[in-house]
Amino acid sequence: MRTIQVTIITDTIKELCIEANYRLSEDMCRVFENARQTEKSPLGKQILDQLSDNLQIAAADQIPICQDTGMAVIFMEVGQDVHFEGGNLEDAIQEGVRKGYVEGYLRKSVVNDPLIRENTKDNTPGVIHYSIVPGDKVKITVAPKGFGSENMSRVFMLKPADGIEGVKNAVMTAVKDAGPNACPPMVVGVGIGGTFEKCALMAKQALTRPAGEHSNIPYVKEMEEELLERINKTGIGPGGLGGTTTALAVNINTYPTHIAGLPVAVNICCHVNRHAVKEL
Amino acid sequence: MEKYVQVPFSKEDAAALKAGDYVYLTGTIYTARDAAHKRMQEALDAGETLPVEVAGNVIYYMGPSPAREGRPIGSAGPTTASRMDKYTPGLLDLGLAAMIGKGRRSAAVKEAVVRNGAVYFAAIGGAGALLSKSIKASEVVAYEDLGTEAIRKLTVEGFPVIVCMDSEGNDLYETAAEQFREE
Repeated sequence: MRTIQVTIITDTIKELCIEANYRLSEDMCRVFENARQTEKSPLGKQILDQLSDNLQIAAADQIPICQDTGMAVIFMEVGQDVHFEGGNLEDAIQEGVRKGYVEGYLRKSVVNDPLIRENTKDNTPGVIHYSIVPGDKVKITVAPKGFGSENMSRVFMLKPADGIEGVKNAVMTAVKDAGPNACPPMVVGVGIGGTFEKCALMAKQALTRPAGEHSNIPYVKEMEEELLERINKTGIGPGGLGGTTTALAVNINTYPTHIAGLPVAVNICCHVNRHAVKEL
Repeated sequence: MEKYVQVPFSKEDAAALKAGDYVYLTGTIYTARDAAHKRMQEALDAGETLPVEVAGNVIYYMGPSPAREGRPIGSAGPTTASRMDKYTPGLLDLGLAAMIGKGRRSAAVKEAVVRNGAVYFAAIGGAGALLSKSIKASEVVAYEDLGTEAIRKLTVEGFPVIVCMDSEGNDLYETAAEQFREE
């Protein structure tokens, strides 16, 4: 049994909210740099060069990479031997978001009700996904999600008979419909299987997998590679203004599903695919 | 083609800009996005005057992150323009000279752009830190309670944009992908 004070959770969440918004993770920097070297469109390359400058300016001058510092999405993987003390865990997490966004000069982009729409002024609440895992560690992933790309995301409840081609068509449809609106080059997270909500959650989790790393299921790895190639042949390009780099990575997660279903979720992210992770 | 343009500008200036031009804007632009557009529409519907003069001016679809001490503004890149499509033809008919945003617009917006000889500029999505460097001053002029969505008057110098829809309706988002499309 391990006891963790919730104040540590608050401090960690705050730190991760800020880190994620000022510095891209190494895997993202790598795939981005590769794109810059391989882009064939002159305008596309110019845009990628400016986006690269933007990353440097953001880190050096302490300005958020993108003004849409997102709605905070938090994955809490809690070891089942962990006991939290010192307050309500959920409140502690939201307090971490509040502190991160207020003290970190991050934008307050959350409204209290989807229809009444009054800004909550501190970017809370974040969206929290908990899972219980073996052991006594707590792994926290903060993935602030910008809504330019979130708005382009889709769930398709396919029929089993639609098969793998149906899945690929669904992903290509979502990407083509997104086009320039998702600030390409995109990172595409896909969830296949589960239920309506499970496949969507898997798609979001897929976005937090390191870009450039593939599924360890051979046919899924092949699908990831094929879809990345096909997306880069759409010609949408950086900023949607034409080119050979429309996506930086396609990550696919799968889960068992019902005999009557083939749920597919496509969670689109832009090139500012933010995730910061800490294990306590 | 690279061009240097003073803002606000006239229809003559707008007519000279062509889809694909790389433009550096210097002068005054105003920010407004979802919530401010909704309020402006409500004001127009109620027969009230708008809080800012639209004619001849440029609206930038943008909500900044907070500025650190001593800086005029935080990160300041464009938001998706199509969310403002519903309100845009009306503002163009009132003389709005140009919009800065990103992404495709509706057919109604395109028609209104052509009808009014206006221009739609794209700023690079995700380049918020870089773009903030071209903003020298920022002042909230209306709807302060909207926080990041308030209408701000920005003083810009060499603010880089691309003409993605010119006053004749040529649409870079339509034509640019063609060249590289294999799928």
